[in-house]
Amino acid sequence: MPEQRREQDGAIAGTGMGGAMDLAASEATALERTGGGPEGGPDPGRPRSLWSDAWRDLRRDPVFLVSALVILFLVLISLWPSVIAPGSPLSCDLAKAQDGPGPGAPFGYDGQGCNVYTRTVYGARTSVTVGVCATLGVALLGSVLGALAGFFGGVWDSVLSRGTDIFFAIPVVLGGLVLLSVVSSNTVWPVIGFMVLLGWPQVSRIARGSVITVRQNDYVQAARALGASHSRILLRHIAPNAVAPVIVVATIALGTYIALEATLSYLGVGLKPPSVSWGIDISAASPYVRNAPHALLWPAGALAVTVLAFIMLGDAVRDALDPKLR
Amino acid sequence: MGRYVVRRLLQMVPVFVGATLLIFLMVNVMGDPVAGLCGERSCDPATAAQLKREFGLDKPLWQQYLTYMGNVFTGDFGTAFNGQPVTELMATAFPVTIRLTIVAILFEIVVGIALGVVTGLRRGRPVDTSVLVVTLVVIAVPTFVTGLLLQLLLGVEWGWIKPSVSPAATFDELIVPGLVLASVSLAYVTRLTRTSIAENKRADYVRTAVAKGLPRHRVITRHLLRNSLIPVVTFIGADIGALMGGAIVTERIFNIHGVGYQLYQGILRQNTQTVVGFVTVLVLVFLVANLLVDLLYAVLDPRIRYA
Amino acid sequence: MRAAGYARRIAGAVVLALAATACGGGAGSAGGAGVLTSSWGDPQNPLEPANTNEVQGGKVLDMIFRGLKRYDPRTGQAKNMLAESIETTDSTNFTVTVKDGWTFSNGEKVTARSFVDAWNYGAGLRNNQKNAYFFGYIEGYDKVHPDSGRQSAQTLSGLRVTGPRTFTVRLNQKFSGFPDTLGYVAFAPLPRTFFTDHAAWVSKPVGNGPYRVRSYTKGSAMALEKWDAYPGPDRARNEGVSLLVYTDNNTAYTDVLAGNLDLVDDVPATQLKNVDTDLDGRYINTPAGILQTLAFPFYDRRWNTDGARKVRTGLSMAIDRAQITRTLFRGTRTPATDWTSPVLGAEGGYRSGLCGHACDYDPAGARRLIEEGGGIPGGQLKITYNADSGSHKQWVDAVCHSIDNALGDDRACVGNPIGTFADFRNQISRHKMPGPFRAGWQMDYPLIQNFLQPLYYTGASSNDGTWSNKQFDRFVDRANAETGTARSVALFQQAEEVVRDNMAAIPLWYQNGSAGYSARLSHVALNPFSVPVYNEIKVG
Repeated sequence: MPEQRREQDGAIAGTGMGGAMDLAASEATALERTGGGPEGGPDPGRPRSLWSDAWRDLRRDPVFLVSALVILFLVLISLWPSVIAPGSPLSCDLAKAQDGPGPGAPFGYDGQGCNVYTRTVYGARTSVTVGVCATLGVALLGSVLGALAGFFGGVWDSVLSRGTDIFFAIPVVLGGLVLLSVVSSNTVWPVIGFMVLLGWPQVSRIARGSVITVRQNDYVQAARALGASHSRILLRHIAPNAVAPVIVVATIALGTYIALEATLSYLGVGLKPPSVSWGIDISAASPYVRNAPHALLWPAGALAVTVLAFIMLGDAVRDALDPKLR
Repeated sequence: MGRYVVRRLLQMVPVFVGATLLIFLMVNVMGDPVAGLCGERSCDPATAAQLKREFGLDKPLWQQYLTYMGNVFTGDFGTAFNGQPVTELMATAFPVTIRLTIVAILFEIVVGIALGVVTGLRRGRPVDTSVLVVTLVVIAVPTFVTGLLLQLLLGVEWGWIKPSVSPAATFDELIVPGLVLASVSLAYVTRLTRTSIAENKRADYVRTAVAKGLPRHRVITRHLLRNSLIPVVTFIGADIGALMGGAIVTERIFNIHGVGYQLYQGILRQNTQTVVGFVTVLVLVFLVANLLVDLLYAVLDPRIRYA
Repeated sequence: MRAAGYARRIAGAVVLALAATACGGGAGSAGGAGVLTSSWGDPQNPLEPANTNEVQGGKVLDMIFRGLKRYDPRTGQAKNMLAESIETTDSTNFTVTVKDGWTFSNGEKVTARSFVDAWNYGAGLRNNQKNAYFFGYIEGYDKVHPDSGRQSAQTLSGLRVTGPRTFTVRLNQKFSGFPDTLGYVAFAPLPRTFFTDHAAWVSKPVGNGPYRVRSYTKGSAMALEKWDAYPGPDRARNEGVSLLVYTDNNTAYTDVLAGNLDLVDDVPATQLKNVDTDLDGRYINTPAGILQTLAFPFYDRRWNTDGARKVRTGLSMAIDRAQITRTLFRGTRTPATDWTSPVLGAEGGYRSGLCGHACDYDPAGARRLIEEGGGIPGGQLKITYNADSGSHKQWVDAVCHSIDNALGDDRACVGNPIGTFADFRNQISRHKMPGPFRAGWQMDYPLIQNFLQPLYYTGASSNDGTWSNKQFDRFVDRANAETGTARSVALFQQAEEVVRDNMAAIPLWYQNGSAGYSARLSHVALNPFSVPVYNEIKVG
């Protein structure tokens, strides 16, 4: 039975690899196998109902509401950090190093005498920027390449899938060390670029499998028979129905990118000053943990809550999109 | 089956060549490795030129790559800057990392799947919710923070373990590092198993098995678990390669002299031969692990046939 | 239900196993009776004497080799070790007599030839020895180690064996301090096996020091044992030393706390606050011949103007050295007031306060000078450093904050970390520094010459900023030609004043060596090179 095998191939290709940021892929693979599959999936002929059903579920899901609120709050303080944090995150006084909370510094001071509260608030912008931009890049590049491979099949598929494997085979942290150790720019773009470069295969595999599944459906065959162009079929008929797993992976991956930025900073190749990010602060504070735990606690806590919010959001979206678990 | 394996093996060739070429290019972007060899001063030009000649760095890049790959096929992975053959480094590093990976994978399998089964069977109950929250927290905190905190608490404050691992790196010394290395994956395995179990719990064959009057543990182990394990196996299989190559942070914190340590040193010293050699082996491990996982599918799910 | 219980039992068993097996740790060190364990870093190069240019390799060589001279572990003075005498009348021709009775640990006698062969090997271009330039003063070096092409001679023409225990050295210029450089490890003697079976020697080096190598696992550990037949006066007072490689000094320190390691040298700055309570006084902090400076890219025209000289002086005054050394380094660094090191002593050329007001913290004066000098070139000061080792990030950030605060602009100064040391060196040698950069100088031998000539002489090996000043060069030339030590030192100090007047580099602080150790050890000390004096340590 060739169809069965094909779909299985898709599932196999969904194998996550290359460190924490790919882990989410496997969960989405499970979803893809069950959610989008021909046996018992939602009727793909009525795409709107899948989304509106999901939205109705989400609105009533406390997990979704809480995580969405947290994310909204983060976005707001990223846009206007000075509203809630006085002073500059870059002005530090060594005389106050490792001091506890004081006026204007409810979280105390770090090893350099910088205000932990101000830095944590300002750090949100960088960390959220890294997470969002890297995710957008990965999702865009990955789903385009994955969709092309899945849609056209044949040689296209072979070439693109092997390309995906090549990038998958490079361990992520290792790639980061090698690529970022030579970067001299102190903006966030090299870090984002690296995440996109080594992150896209994860989305690409999911997108490919998803497109292959949707492509079999009658309405796609019908559109093809009616003479619709490739681009029209892809954009109007396949994309809306194949995008759900990609969204799930992307939301969860967003959290892992933020955490990855911290790990890169720990290894000395992450963002560079004068960037202010949680990763920089966490790695700078971790050796001081015995004397000034507060300097580690707040940025690490902020990071954990953010990652948590995005993962829970992804979870909620997946549950809403997965009819089997209703 | 045979044809399938052959086809997969053939597909590995371009991936292998591509991945090694990619890492070769990446490492070469890092710049002139000889510059760091002479300490806080620049090497004199004659010595620098001589060193470059000896390591073949004066040749064009494509020629370096071809020579290197040619040598690899004869078992020569080059020489590190301290004069040691890279194969010798591998002989000491890989056993350590393999032990560490085994510990980590065992944690994933035993603890991860067990927790997944428990939570999957009791979806929505307090056990489920609390385990779910714990896994989320584990995923959200970066590994190096977990590692450093565990080292400080267990190693120094409470004195349960040695804070670092001796060069022998025996299994018992690797338990805590293995747990740290596995922590994130462990959380994922738990969640994956949970989802899968919860989903299959309502499947017809489970209902049939229960109706047949089979004892509950038999239903769970023989029917439910076996069918729920496919995504988990996929994940763990793929994770083997990731764990071996991704142990850079864990090995650094616990001073383990394995693959991650050698890679880190190799990168810091821009030691092209060490980095490319180790990554080449890691890519092979990754490819083979993926193939094995796919073959395991057929064992877990007899409906799947490879032709 | 039962399955859940089963799973819980497995989980419980794992936790139990974890607890049971892991609890073996804690007390007890890896070393046996009389053997101490000590932290180590993986040497970058093969352990050949003329190829080892960093502290970690030097640590081992200091244990297994003794040269003609040895620097006193306390005073740093060069004293005769294997040398019976080193005589000269003209500071150019030297006659060396080697003491009788010394052997290598494999029984071979140490002769004049052991030295001459070793030096010829070290100088030879084809052997890729990174310390070859140390032999650059010896006549014939340009033939053995040409700037390009192949070597046209096998041996240095300035070296001649004149007897079993005597040889002569002829230099290509006057250098009165030459005998005092001979304590450097590159000048160590080598046994015949080094040349006849090189691979075996490198995998298990044989020397003539108080220890010999028992086993060496590259990249992870080396076991050294006391050499019982050692003929020298400084015999080992312990049974041996086990060196364990650590990637992260923090881990090594943690291991000392947990009783898992006996000695950690270079205690990480972040732990210094706890060191007294942690180790109950088992902590030493000794001055070492290390000076941290900020060097400048004089190849960048903006830094090479008369105004930039004022800016450099102003920057020096904007750095609150006292605050940084106190808060960040907890007294393991001392604010620098000249361009040498206190370990030289006043006789050796150290002059406290030579820098004068330019090294005092004076924010107002700093602002004024920088304004007069036309402001910071490029508008923002970028201090470049390598982020992979040491606590460089911490002090660079602190220096930047200090400059920011002095200038009242929180973006005036920013650290520019480079991921790896190799790349850092690479960018320095390709003259790509965007501003001042970290320059640490660890002396090779305790002479004022070593703190000035390699760093500031036109075209010198470590003059990374390509600073060039005719006046300075002239003073150095005259100082080297001078036969009397006192007059030579005085001339070097005049050269140093030229460095000061131009602020060729901003001196930051003198670095101390620090070490923490377990209760098993006593008589722990660090020499002026910040290396533990292993042979004096007593165990138990």
